[in-house]
Amino acid sequence: MSELVDLTAAQAAESVRAGDLSPAELLSAYRERAEADELGAFLWLPEDPPGAAGETVAGAPAAGDAPLAGVPLAVKDIFCVEGAPTTAASLILEGYRPPYTATAVERLAAAGAPMLGKTNMDEFAMGSSNENSAYAPVRNPWSVDRVPGGSSGGSAAAVAGGLAPWSIGTDTGGSIRQPASLCGLVGLKPTYGAVSRYGMIAFASSLDQCGPITRDVTDAALLLRHLVAGGRDPCDSTSVDFPEEIQLPSSERLDGLRVGVVSELSEASTIDTGVKAVFDATLERIEELGGGVEQISLPHSEHGLSAYYVLAPAEASANLSRYDGVRFGLRSGDGDLLSLYERTRADGFGDEVKRRIMLGTYALSSGYYEAYYGRAQRVRTKIAEDFRAAFERVDLVVTPTSPSVAFRLGERTADPMAMYMSDFCTVPMSLAGLPAISIPAGLSEGLPVGFQITGPAFSENRILAAAHALAQAIGFDSSPARGKAGAPAR
Amino acid sequence: MIDREQVLHVARLARLDLTKAEVERMASELSGVLDHIERIAELDLDHVEPTSHVVALENVLRPDEPRPSLPRERALADAPDATDSGFRVPSPGAVAADAS
Repeated sequence: MSELVDLTAAQAAESVRAGDLSPAELLSAYRERAEADELGAFLWLPEDPPGAAGETVAGAPAAGDAPLAGVPLAVKDIFCVEGAPTTAASLILEGYRPPYTATAVERLAAAGAPMLGKTNMDEFAMGSSNENSAYAPVRNPWSVDRVPGGSSGGSAAAVAGGLAPWSIGTDTGGSIRQPASLCGLVGLKPTYGAVSRYGMIAFASSLDQCGPITRDVTDAALLLRHLVAGGRDPCDSTSVDFPEEIQLPSSERLDGLRVGVVSELSEASTIDTGVKAVFDATLERIEELGGGVEQISLPHSEHGLSAYYVLAPAEASANLSRYDGVRFGLRSGDGDLLSLYERTRADGFGDEVKRRIMLGTYALSSGYYEAYYGRAQRVRTKIAEDFRAAFERVDLVVTPTSPSVAFRLGERTADPMAMYMSDFCTVPMSLAGLPAISIPAGLSEGLPVGFQITGPAFSENRILAAAHALAQAIGFDSSPARGKAGAPAR
Repeated sequence: MIDREQVLHVARLARLDLTKAEVERMASELSGVLDHIERIAELDLDHVEPTSHVVALENVLRPDEPRPSLPRERALADAPDATDSGFRVPSPGAVAADAS
């Protein structure tokens, strides 16, 4: 049985197609492991697992014949699934069972990846450690006294811990890439608009994107292919047709590829020395594979964090105004309507969500709007221009994903700004709407270090091809058990 | 910097009933974050257009065709308090008095 869960999702799908493995067998193996979850990765597992009888959530063809062959999917609890508890790890959505299913979940189910369960996360996707879940913190399978990253920490821990073959998360400022980095996985944030946001509980609507968290680059490409394959979703007016089919990457060389290293992000004092060492070694590997490496400047990228922590909370303060105790979820207070609103929101939201609502409301309030929101929107323009200029010189831009490896539970909870620094290298791409992937590049202190690759809008195929070639050369072992037992730290 | 009075004002705008301890903590935490954010004040951003959205989309329209909506019973099924025709809430009278 341990061999079965060692397969990547694409390998498992291959075994199903070859007749060596049945979808039901696969599902029950993962189901068993998910039930025994000691990482806090799952918030909910279905009573009658879909796919058990060869059926999927959306009533797709029998799983074995479908492109994703019945390989079950862990779904971040931010995606609405009809009839299934959907909480966004918040008390304010306690008891909520959505009347509809998110397009992303529906499309993957229709392609043959039934939902295994809903994974834990930072409340409303606000956090970088998963400690903001209203239910339980999540533990990192590489070291259980450390965080898995956030906000898609449950999705990452489930895949890294062998409780799920693959998962989807959401990324607003790094929430797919940073947990993938901290858990030794591949995490891809697609170009803004590539994947429908319909049914994905909104945090910051101009930034939120759904994407895969997987054990290798091929699995990420496979999930992305089916996330974008249906084209523009009429239910999300910001979604667009992806201009080409997502290819399963096979390249092993980087000949002729021009790679830009962002000095402002890679040389910053916030990057730990162990992370920097793995980053530098990875640059050498790019050159060994035939790629060219040069320094580039994104002069405004270091201000990304400031702009992000105005824009994202501002959008969040508006999006979260809908949680008022009237139509669904928690209701508190026994006085008049105003106190119902105020008590419900006081009891239902956790500390970080309150902090961001306050920050966003302040930034949008009369007298401060131009100084904060207006300026942050202009910084966003400058960051997008910086990237455009860079992509006239190079094909791809690289940075470390996270300034540090996984930190200890509780280490950063007392200092919001220290926690926000986790997003230092990932927010610029989000602000510019660009696709970016994190791949595991090595170990520091025995813990995984991620390497981030970003490209122009809709360059996912280019990014995946480069990530695949690089990952093949690095040969990172995504199993924490084997990795800790003595994989060479590069 | 943001002081206690400003925190209370913003909390009212955000419809959040904060405890005394939360108000104190929020004032210091938000000040810390704003100190960092205020570095963008140093940038020369004159003549820079604001970006509200990264995808250049014009209005996205669709034909106005009738289709079934969510059945009323289903819409009310998750409500903390409902009658058979709507969501039940306490009197908004106090809000009107507050706003006048």
